[in-house]
Amino acid sequence: IYRMMQTIRRMELKADQLYKQKIIRGFCHLYDGQEACAVGIETGINLSDHLITAYRAHGYTLTRGGTVREIMAELTGRRGGIAKGKGGSMHMYTKHFYGGNGIVGAQVPLGAGVALACKYLGNNEICVCLYGDGAANQGQIFETYNMASLWKLPCIFICENNKYGMGTSVERASTSTHYFKKGDFIPGLRMDGMDVLCVREATKFAAEHCRSGKGPILMELQTYRYHGHSMSDPGISYRTREEIQEVRSKSDPISMLKDRMLSNNMASVEELKEIDVEVRKEIEEAAQFATTDPEPPLEDLCN
Amino acid sequence: MASLRSFLRSGKNAVSAVLRREFHGTPPAAVQVTVRDALNQALDEELERDERVFLLGEEVAQYDGAYKVSRGLWKKYGDKRIIDTPITEMGFAGIAVGAAMAGLRPICEFMTFNFSMQAIDQVINSAAKTYYMSAGLQPVPIVFRGPNGASAGVAAQHSQCFAAWYGHCPGLKVVSPWSAEDAKGLLKSAIRDDNPVVFLENELMYGVPFEMSEEAQSKDFLLPIGKAKIERQGNHVTLVSHSRMVSLCLDAAAVLAKEGIECEVINMRTIRPLDAEAIETSVMKTNHLITVEGGWPQFGVGAEILARIMEGKDFFICF
Repeated sequence: IYRMMQTIRRMELKADQLYKQKIIRGFCHLYDGQEACAVGIETGINLSDHLITAYRAHGYTLTRGGTVREIMAELTGRRGGIAKGKGGSMHMYTKHFYGGNGIVGAQVPLGAGVALACKYLGNNEICVCLYGDGAANQGQIFETYNMASLWKLPCIFICENNKYGMGTSVERASTSTHYFKKGDFIPGLRMDGMDVLCVREATKFAAEHCRSGKGPILMELQTYRYHGHSMSDPGISYRTREEIQEVRSKSDPISMLKDRMLSNNMASVEELKEIDVEVRKEIEEAAQFATTDPEPPLEDLCN
Repeated sequence: MASLRSFLRSGKNAVSAVLRREFHGTPPAAVQVTVRDALNQALDEELERDERVFLLGEEVAQYDGAYKVSRGLWKKYGDKRIIDTPITEMGFAGIAVGAAMAGLRPICEFMTFNFSMQAIDQVINSAAKTYYMSAGLQPVPIVFRGPNGASAGVAAQHSQCFAAWYGHCPGLKVVSPWSAEDAKGLLKSAIRDDNPVVFLENELMYGVPFEMSEEAQSKDFLLPIGKAKIERQGNHVTLVSHSRMVSLCLDAAAVLAKEGIECEVINMRTIRPLDAEAIETSVMKTNHLITVEGGWPQFGVGAEILARIMEGKDFFICF
């Protein structure tokens, strides 16, 4: 878990660096700060389950089986990318991971559709369907809650509430910021999305709920993103540097896990440092590859 | 003697033929089938053939279909495969696309394509573009079907033709059948196609009977998507059309024939990919082209056909 979160963190920071060097261009929505969500969720389900999210998807691409190499090469638009350079930051796919979706909220009905397939095929699999606080007021999400609930689809709806939809704070966007309640008849849980073990346990509970045929369930993860909405957003016009700093010092998900592991003698400082070094190396190599791999051939682009 | 023998032989054949007919019932021949029944047959056959195929939409199950196209299917296949949805197009279209991504083969019915506008994001951004964006990793084998275009006095909001709208988008196949054979063969092909297909029917055609050949009655009758059909041969002017307007063209051709003008009527069958070759070949022969459609002219299907002909390699040879 520690390694995975650290890998996401380093990968996103590297992407930031490459973006500023103009090696990555276009849309780039970074996930640093929210690592506990992706990693906690994945450890609560199986790889044979399904997951779909919106555009802040690099972390999920990794937890769902992608490699740092393929992800970074996709960001730089090269043929070694996970979508051969044709998808980009927002459109990465792996087995049972349906992206990476650009249109806010559109992934929610898609996720319920995947859950419908699970129920139809009787394979005891479930679908985790993610969206943000900004998407939470989308009409199609309420349409989906209704059908998922009506047909008892094995779908875990998860709202990653990072307090800002682009530049609009939750208070300015929603009459009710209790996102876990918006499912009406669907039971909802709210939790600290910075605590990876909490997210894991809740996900396990939710998965069990779905697998037992009780229908959908909703989770709200209260989390935070350090970067702005995307690389074109400095992220300080609608929030203060102090706020960001406060979260970094008091609630950083990786630090929290690290402290917990150390104080419970689950690992030594050296062991964790070793992991950090290995992760840095992996990221460096991936970045090298992503920078030097050639772009896809022209015939591929029009195919 | 020879003639007597041959008489006996043919007599024996005639007798046994009569006997055969009595034992086997209806002789194989063409029958009259309405477009509605042809569609129903196609749906039934494909549902039977492949467990992953299912139908969802408003009133498709217990109501037997708003226009009775899915009559009898819910009774036969049940709740799992014929699903009634609430009136939430964006939601259920998205759910259908998601199911297609996860390995099923949904048929998503829009009560009319006017309502598909509510869900058009799911059709274009989630269905049409995904195969490309995922570099082939994620196919979306879905069919969106329903009545398109004008009906009988249903007013502006319920009468739009979406052939040009969907025909514009790469990643989609867009089909517009006219006859009962078209309806059956093309719907079956659409369901078996691994790409997202927009299947534009027409309400006014549902009740129209057409002769259906023996071949078309078989369970494996398929028509290729992307190939137009010449419904009537002629040398003087080419009329290109799709869906209900093909009937109009044939009627016009009958009137013109009395004046000695022979029209070649082309039934497009598919909007995208456009069978430009068939149209070009015809125009090379007739040197006159009229496109007839139910959609608006600006930026429409006819506009595209004309553009293609004019940009085609043979245009100046016509002159």
